[in-house]
Amino acid sequence: MLRFILNRLLLIVPTFIGITLVAFLFIRLLPGDPVILMAGERGVSPERHAELMAQFGFDQPLLKQYADYVVGLLHGDFGYSFSTKKPVLSEFMARFPATLELALCAIVLATVLGVAAGILSAIRRGSWIDQATMGVALVGYSMPIFWWALLLIIFFSTTLGWTPVSGRISLTQFFPSVTGFMLIDSLLAGKPAAFWSAVHHLILPTIVLATIPLAVIARQTRSAMLEVLGEVYIMTAKSKGLAQRRVIWLHALRNALIPVVTTIGLQVSVLMGGAILTETIFSWPGIGKWMIDSISRRDYQVVQGGLLLIAAVVMVVNLTVDLLYGLINPRVRHR
Amino acid sequence: MPLLEVRNLTVSFPTAAGRFDAVQGLDVSVDAGEVLAIVGESGSGKSVAMLAVMGLLPAIAGVTADAMRFDGRDLLRLTARERRNLSGREIAMIFQEPVASLNPCFTVGFQIEETLREHTGLSAADRRHRAIELLTQVGIPQPEERLASFPHQMSGGQCQRVMIAIATACTPRLLIADEPTTALDVTVQKQVLDLLLRLQAENGMALVLITHDMGVVAETADRVVVQYNGRKMEDSDVLTLFENPRSPYTRALLSALPENAKGGRLSTVSSFVPSAETAG
Repeated sequence: MLRFILNRLLLIVPTFIGITLVAFLFIRLLPGDPVILMAGERGVSPERHAELMAQFGFDQPLLKQYADYVVGLLHGDFGYSFSTKKPVLSEFMARFPATLELALCAIVLATVLGVAAGILSAIRRGSWIDQATMGVALVGYSMPIFWWALLLIIFFSTTLGWTPVSGRISLTQFFPSVTGFMLIDSLLAGKPAAFWSAVHHLILPTIVLATIPLAVIARQTRSAMLEVLGEVYIMTAKSKGLAQRRVIWLHALRNALIPVVTTIGLQVSVLMGGAILTETIFSWPGIGKWMIDSISRRDYQVVQGGLLLIAAVVMVVNLTVDLLYGLINPRVRHR
Repeated sequence: MPLLEVRNLTVSFPTAAGRFDAVQGLDVSVDAGEVLAIVGESGSGKSVAMLAVMGLLPAIAGVTADAMRFDGRDLLRLTARERRNLSGREIAMIFQEPVASLNPCFTVGFQIEETLREHTGLSAADRRHRAIELLTQVGIPQPEERLASFPHQMSGGQCQRVMIAIATACTPRLLIADEPTTALDVTVQKQVLDLLLRLQAENGMALVLITHDMGVVAETADRVVVQYNGRKMEDSDVLTLFENPRSPYTRALLSALPENAKGGRLSTVSSFVPSAETAG
């Protein structure tokens, strides 16, 4: 198991180098002079242009720029935002809890409902429950996120008035930020009203963000369960006289979970992409909205650093999934 | 009274081409302590019939019988709970693919002890003790260490021994072995068969051996049922079967044995088993 973990950790190095290359080159492949773009319609004098090019290091050869960039990264320097003049890392850290809180709620909802729906569909294969569940999953999977979000807002926020339209919490609620998670901080501050306000604000974005992963997880769980339920060891378990409950929840699910965990891990990357849309629609102050705003402001350092940090998060999640995979699959653990 | 009595068993499956009867009007009885071999070619319904007895067929299978009794109890009328109490404790089954029969995610020890936990009141320490005893009985070396092994860390023969340990954990009165040696090496086949026969004799249990190997039949069985195309062709003691087979199919089957080959050519059983697709 230790060797397995070390192997996975070692793989991080080339992956990270690849990501820095993509983040670095991606920006530079775009046509246009970054200083001129930054200056906007006012324009910039040739002297000031040369000065700025030198200041940002754009006058150096590409390889040198990349080397400086990587050295900076190794020192924890992700660059500065052109527009706010603050370090990219601290801006990221200020917004990341909002995204993480939303993403965690979404992935928990998608996993719990998705796995349950998948199991139910598999054991009632061909029944109306199965067909209805898989039909809904297909619709959920095919639905454009922004349209689905707007439908929910129109129905639940505008028509019924049950949920707020946007934001993370009601503006009347104040409490000190400790963890950055509204749900936890409001409880730490002993303010139940603030907690419920945060929950209310979370409901719609969570549903929207969870929709596609939920559909994918449900379908994957169903097919994994169907495959496992046809295995001989399930027959063995039944022939032992075990209760149906135990056969399904222990013997079948344990095996079916192996591909499902992989799927859940992959969905986290999808979630990061989905967060950009969802956060923009719900004005959720997370990294998705931050990235979109930075792109429209041409804040290259933020886009570059943000991309890298998001990639790092996805990498950490993938590593966790790989380790979890080893934990639930003894064939990986004991080779 | 026989231990297991099956009369006029029919098992059918719905197919795109209509109903397919995998087993048609089969009568089988097994006495306590008896070794019964069920022989027949692939697709003759021998496994399906025994899976019906175990209640392991999928829900889409239609199982009807005039009688299906184990020790006087009507298997067709048992509640799910009564059926579970019987399975694993009084009737056990082992399958053709030993490695696939064990759950890859759980240790051998867990899988043996699970049966004990289900059917006996043994404490955790006693279950472990019994599991070691069972592994010793089926001839697995270093049983204490082996309890922590996963199936993929063992050979096919060892997995089949573990399956036998699981099946005999509660000393059942009937053990159904569905081609238990087919997937194994020839040298291991003999060892596993000997093991099954030794346990059968020691525990006094009845053994139903599903096979298509006439050599295995000759060596092990007291009585033989020959099945073809879902029907019983012959039911006789092993000596009669080999010396004086009544059914033409049995005679054809015996003449197809390699030792009966004439002039360097094997005789063939000129027939075919209809598949679910071709059956009307």
